[in-house]
Amino acid sequence: MKTILTPAALALMTPMALADEIRVLNWQGYGTDLDWAIAAFTEATGHTVVHEYFTSEQEMLTKLRTNPGAYDVVLINSAFTPQAQAEGLITPIDPMKVPNLADVDPALVANQDLNPGGALYGVPWTWGLTSFAVNTGDFPEAPTSLSVFWDPAFKGRVSIRDDALEAVQFAALATGQNINDITDMDAVKAKLTELMPQIATFWGAETDWNQNMAAGQFAVATYWSGSAARSISEGLPVAFVVPEEGAIGWLDGLSIPASSTKQDAAHAFIDWMIDPDFYVKWEAEGAPATSNTAAAAALPEESFNRKVLGDPAVVARVQFMRPVADETREAYLALWQELKAGQ
Amino acid sequence: MTRAERIRALGLLAPAYLWLTVAVFLPLSAMAFFSLLTEVPFGEREWSFTIANYTEVFGNPVYATLLWKSLKLGFWVTFWCLVLGFPCAWILARMLKGRSREVLFLLVILPFWSNALVRIFSWAIVLRGNGVLDRAVNAVLPWDVNINLMFSEPAIIIGLVHSYLPYVILTTYLSLQAIDETLIEAARSLGARWPRILWRLVLPLALPGLIAGAVLVFVPVVGSFMEPRLLGGRFGTTYGTLIEDQFVAVFNWPLGAALSFILLAVVLVILAAASPALRKAAT
Repeated sequence: MKTILTPAALALMTPMALADEIRVLNWQGYGTDLDWAIAAFTEATGHTVVHEYFTSEQEMLTKLRTNPGAYDVVLINSAFTPQAQAEGLITPIDPMKVPNLADVDPALVANQDLNPGGALYGVPWTWGLTSFAVNTGDFPEAPTSLSVFWDPAFKGRVSIRDDALEAVQFAALATGQNINDITDMDAVKAKLTELMPQIATFWGAETDWNQNMAAGQFAVATYWSGSAARSISEGLPVAFVVPEEGAIGWLDGLSIPASSTKQDAAHAFIDWMIDPDFYVKWEAEGAPATSNTAAAAALPEESFNRKVLGDPAVVARVQFMRPVADETREAYLALWQELKAGQ
Repeated sequence: MTRAERIRALGLLAPAYLWLTVAVFLPLSAMAFFSLLTEVPFGEREWSFTIANYTEVFGNPVYATLLWKSLKLGFWVTFWCLVLGFPCAWILARMLKGRSREVLFLLVILPFWSNALVRIFSWAIVLRGNGVLDRAVNAVLPWDVNINLMFSEPAIIIGLVHSYLPYVILTTYLSLQAIDETLIEAARSLGARWPRILWRLVLPLALPGLIAGAVLVFVPVVGSFMEPRLLGGRFGTTYGTLIEDQFVAVFNWPLGAALSFILLAVVLVILAAASPALRKAAT
């Protein structure tokens, strides 16, 4: 049927008449597959939504490569968008078909990795941070600089996660470097060596982070924004800080496979996914930060995603993670192991 | 041995050998095989044979540092287990009778019945600043002291000694109980005082039990990873946690397997070096 109709004729038809079934490829339980959200989308546009899931970025890429035409919307972390684009797996977004894009933070829309080859290949959807949180009992006023980690007053009450990449990038921020292009590894090593005596223990999971914070063992520790929002809502006396040195960010975008035959419906779905109406409801169920400034502004005033992350000035300080080569990862791991073994 | 006896012996031994094959030999061979690969042969990964995992371990001083650290940890934990375990075994074997002995036995074995993780987390509650120990000491002492042993080397040793003490107590108890009471009476009637009896009579006779207990403690402690990680904080990186990381975090099974085999070899060398003493003690 579609081959006979021109796009103009399609646009003129009533929603029910061009009802498509779009297939979305995403992590399970990550926003796009919320029942109420799909029901609302189907009611508004007539399109139905079917989901398929991946459990790793590599699996997502493999599925796109081996099943052309099977998917219409795919979630791609910005670190992987350039690779998907280079392999010809995804197609540029038509901003005219995504009206809500106008409200998306321009800094995120301009993200280097979402614009490989100069065109927008992924609509910024959600993002989050690795920064740090402090115990409000020790800090009536939240600090503004990473230097608190090296403050002798908190010796033995500092923690970072036991992860080589995160530790090295954290030290890169503290030494004023670009986390994706660390030129002075000696400075990073020196900074981490200096940090070690301050550390009580390395945290591994949200649960032990919360326990140590609740017991007063930690005064200041690196943390993820989503986890911090959960800890705060559970009543833990902590405050999440995005310091002046910046923070490590991740950014998820929604892309359209080049092989999709239902591009209009796919664009409509992406538009709904960044719609403030959708986000405000999703946020109440525990969502990461939104890319849409209007959506953040529509949140309740005390909401974490509005109060802490809703400010475009915060986004401006974030350094979004780019792909890390295996050799780099191994070099970081060797450094991290050496530092830990030296204790 | 007649034919019938041999068949019966075979039938009785078969379960044990089957168990050894399935539970020890097969997994160990699989790990030995993995330690010589470039990649874990799961799914569609490309792999080939290599000894790079072993050269990596010998070429990088980090591994030697951690191995030395773990051996030292094993030594100290064994030392404290012996120092604390011997008097306890003596009291159990020679001084208590009847109901009170049963109660003490129960207390000794109790750690075995609780989950290892539960044990460690209870130690965490006791050892941390403003924890049970800190408050108890401050309630008794008139001046303020700040006791925060959590996330330190002593915390690791305390946790491990608590976990492994029962081995030493039980093995020593057995050899102490076997000492003939008349031997001690003879020594006393010949004028020997207690320190001398202990040193010349009791200790040598209890040695097999002490050594068996020491071996039972030393070997697992050198490879321990959970207690150091949870109680040791930033000091908690040991050879055991290094192996755990390779399997759990980095998914580098070949290197993890190679590290395990080097540990096995080192432990065997230590036991072989100690074997003259072991043999002497057994006689």
